[in-house]
Amino acid sequence: MSTWQQVKHLLLKDMILEWRSKYAINGILLYVVSTIFVCYQAFQSIDPTTWNVLFWIILLFASINAISKSFVQEGAARQLYYYSMVSAKAVILSKILYNSLLMILLTALALVVYTVIFGNPLVDFPLYIVAVFLGSISFASVFTMVSGISVKAGHNMTLMSVLSFPIVIPLLIILIELSNNAINGLPRADSYPEILVLVAINIIAVAVSLLLFPYLWRE
Amino acid sequence: MKHWWKALSVLLILYSLIAGLLGSVPALPIVNETIRLLYYHLPMWFAMFTLYLISVIYSIRYLNSGKLEHDHIAVESVNVGIIFCGLGLATGMLWANFTWGDPWPNDAKVNGSAIATLMYLAYLVLRNALEEEQKRAKIGAIYNIFAFPVMIVLMYILPKMTDSLHPGSGGNSGFGEFDLNNSMKLVLYPASLGWILMGLWLTQIRYRIRRLSQRLF
Repeated sequence: MSTWQQVKHLLLKDMILEWRSKYAINGILLYVVSTIFVCYQAFQSIDPTTWNVLFWIILLFASINAISKSFVQEGAARQLYYYSMVSAKAVILSKILYNSLLMILLTALALVVYTVIFGNPLVDFPLYIVAVFLGSISFASVFTMVSGISVKAGHNMTLMSVLSFPIVIPLLIILIELSNNAINGLPRADSYPEILVLVAINIIAVAVSLLLFPYLWRE
Repeated sequence: MKHWWKALSVLLILYSLIAGLLGSVPALPIVNETIRLLYYHLPMWFAMFTLYLISVIYSIRYLNSGKLEHDHIAVESVNVGIIFCGLGLATGMLWANFTWGDPWPNDAKVNGSAIATLMYLAYLVLRNALEEEQKRAKIGAIYNIFAFPVMIVLMYILPKMTDSLHPGSGGNSGFGEFDLNNSMKLVLYPASLGWILMGLWLTQIRYRIRRLSQRLF
């Protein structure tokens, strides 16, 4: 099998497993919605800047929770089975793709619930959608590798946060800047540098993951 | 004379201490005489960057060779690099307190440096969380390689993109444009080389201590 076929099969396997149990996805959706409610109870009304930052912080914690689970179900025996069947690159690529899809679904739903509850101060809605879309892919590509590392250190949730927060902060700063542009309705051309940097960070994160995961996996 | 570079390091640092305080500097508003802090602030970051670079190179070498020596060099470089980062932040805060009126302004360069330090501290925490030696070395190396490009983005790319008070970023000019007769470069470059060599020396000592304790226990 070529790597792409392997990725396709692994991705389908992950989706089918999730569809059958719906454990992770329901849990994480409920987590997001209840966090939004708690924030709404606490804040009541907020100005646009806080609206934006609060949304990204909710997303950050939700995505850490969602993605830290991505290697949990793969026990040692199953790892060995994959090892004899597919290449390491296919495994990490399929996980990144699966997590990206999961995150896009999650953030789309979170955005809908959030705008319904908190109101919608956005001027440039399409640009905000772009920011959220890029953000979910970026979270997925960075956190997947870090969750792979933290799983090797024994599913340590504290370790997952400690390892991933510093790495994700530059992403978060650029994302908040980009989405602030959308809130203030700046001309689209002002946002191109941010979009470019986000795409570049994503490419670097995926490339480094592809290079390093074989070493992590072989251990 | 295989220890010449250690002597050179000490001599260069002594020279920069004396020449840095006595040499001529351009008279500028706001910074005034604190411009001399440049000789003690910037070399710290050069030394830190050199050490982190050595660390990532040896992490890559470890993944290819599996020799624990390479991993020891990588971790000791980070240990010493963090010290230099702390010194750089301390001298920076001293300077910022005088020129910007606040030791910790909300500035992209300052925050980026602090976050990069957090990342390398996380690397050390990760290593402590793993018991088995080869596993610790391998996973640590992987995280170290992952962290290096993020460090560059945090400290050198993001501050250039956003508003920053720091010279050389956010559209500000670096020191090179004020140093018209090159008198500052005559101190800054030797000082940088001296501190980089000092960092390498510290790393070498720490590496040897680690090797010895490995052999003893």
